[in-house]
Amino acid sequence: MSTLDATGEAARRPFPGRRVRTGDVLLQGVAGLAALGAVVLLGLIAYKIVDGARLSLSTFGLGFLTHVGWDPVHSRFGAGGFLFGTAVTSIGALLLATPLALGIALFLTELAPRWIRGPVTALVETLAAIPSVVIGLWGILVLGPVLHDHVMPALHSTLGFIPLFGPSTTGSTIFTAILVLTIMILPIVSSISRELFVGVPPELKEAALGLGTTRWEMVRGVVLPYTRGGVAAAMILGLGRAVGEAIAVAQVSGAFNNGISWNLFSSGNTLAAQIALEYQSAETNLDVSSLFYLGLILLVFSLVVNLLARVVVRRGARRQGVLAR
Amino acid sequence: MRVETKRQPLPPRERLQQVFDIQDLTAIYGSKPALKDVSMGVYRNLVTAVIGPSGCGKSTFIRCLNRMNDLVPGFRQTGTIRYHGQDIAAKDVDPVAVRRTIGMVFQRPNPFPKSIFDNVAWGLRVLGMKDNLPERVERALTQAALWDEVKDRLKASALSLSGGQQQRLCIARAIAVEPDVVLMDEPASALDPIATQAIELLLHELKSEYSFVIVTHNMQQAARVADMTAFFSISRGEEGDRWGELIEYDSTEKIFTAPSDKRTEDYVTGRFG
Repeated sequence: MSTLDATGEAARRPFPGRRVRTGDVLLQGVAGLAALGAVVLLGLIAYKIVDGARLSLSTFGLGFLTHVGWDPVHSRFGAGGFLFGTAVTSIGALLLATPLALGIALFLTELAPRWIRGPVTALVETLAAIPSVVIGLWGILVLGPVLHDHVMPALHSTLGFIPLFGPSTTGSTIFTAILVLTIMILPIVSSISRELFVGVPPELKEAALGLGTTRWEMVRGVVLPYTRGGVAAAMILGLGRAVGEAIAVAQVSGAFNNGISWNLFSSGNTLAAQIALEYQSAETNLDVSSLFYLGLILLVFSLVVNLLARVVVRRGARRQGVLAR
Repeated sequence: MRVETKRQPLPPRERLQQVFDIQDLTAIYGSKPALKDVSMGVYRNLVTAVIGPSGCGKSTFIRCLNRMNDLVPGFRQTGTIRYHGQDIAAKDVDPVAVRRTIGMVFQRPNPFPKSIFDNVAWGLRVLGMKDNLPERVERALTQAALWDEVKDRLKASALSLSGGQQQRLCIARAIAVEPDVVLMDEPASALDPIATQAIELLLHELKSEYSFVIVTHNMQQAARVADMTAFFSISRGEEGDRWGELIEYDSTEKIFTAPSDKRTEDYVTGRFG
């Protein structure tokens, strides 16, 4: 039964034809432009960095990657020391932050009384909101001296037979940088892990506990295996953050450019910190270009890290998708 | 509708050994009582069914029997649940040890995302029953009537099994660790009739070794598998509050053919629920 009280034409054709809706067109246009803008911007930045690095690339080639030292007086530049410093600081930070972050996440999802979960979660996430320059300042003024006066001598005298724990002469060291980076990546790794743990189906936890296993056995047998892929991705993202962090590391690492050492209690430098420290004093074209070269290395690395994290997450999601079926 | 019951007559009550002696069990979530003043016994090597309409507290009830409700925030209970004489509801009893002896099969099949073999073997490994692991796994799978279907693909993911097979795997997982009692919370509600029948047959086979308490909303199922049946229903207070209550508990035969409470009769004849 038709309730249309329109003309005979409307009765023959109950639905009107497509109309151009201004709002839809506008939305499409604005959103499309924004998305396009981001892509173009990325392309432009990548181009500028490659372009800026061209002089250094043609002067030093791939030898730049292994040469240790940054000598503006003789125009001899290399990324070797920074690559080493970046690797040591970020891997060290990851090794310290991961167990801590997993502990925090497990505490917040499985162990803590309900009423403290909310506040502690918020506090841990606030850690991520502290500007890195503030953490760096604290690193110089508080953490560095404490480490130099108490922690490093103690570690050196007990574990000094390991080359990593050599004598210390200053509070601005690779070790200080590792600790500062640990604090900075802890919130990312722990908040992603917490969300992953929350996502473990309660039926699986009940299945394990119903067998008469303890909470720890349940966590080890069910929660951790179920979230393995996601935790790996969280670690990779944390690594990306540690590698890219410039300011705080520049503040605490001692900015030592001419040599590498396995002694964590000596000064060093990283790719990102060197760019932050050096760009104002760079005078020659080759100096500036070499900084762009450092930037290029960082850019490539972070692209790889992001892609890797994506692949790992997708693989994990597929594995969990099987469960839903 | 009357349901046919064909079964061996029960031995007289005094010859049955009591596994659980439940007295005045009241279960409360937050401030809402889910269950009030339940008193009943559960007997060894029998299948005890718990039936009743949705919301009558039957799941809450069996989850009290292995301290599973401890995991629910805001849950409290009063009364006693004596298991072979010991009150397992007491605060100083280790719930992990209780669950170790009183196993559970859940409503939805919940195999671990591991291989078929590891689903059964995991509990054995964790609980230190590592001797003759393959034999133990085979025995549990055989008891759960799943061995013939999976013996050639023990390394395949448990998630590749059908729903009914997954549920039998969960039963195998539960009995592999040699519990004394197996609690089943509507184990067939997510399964098709053929898978359901397979599970019911299993109960008949296994009750000589274990005691079963099975929650079901399916009366025919209770009539088919259970020796004893407890009928729970919802009671309402003056201020609109509602809670679950045990109305009648007797042999399945009696509950389905000559119930003594009008509410039981209404329920089993399909006039309510």
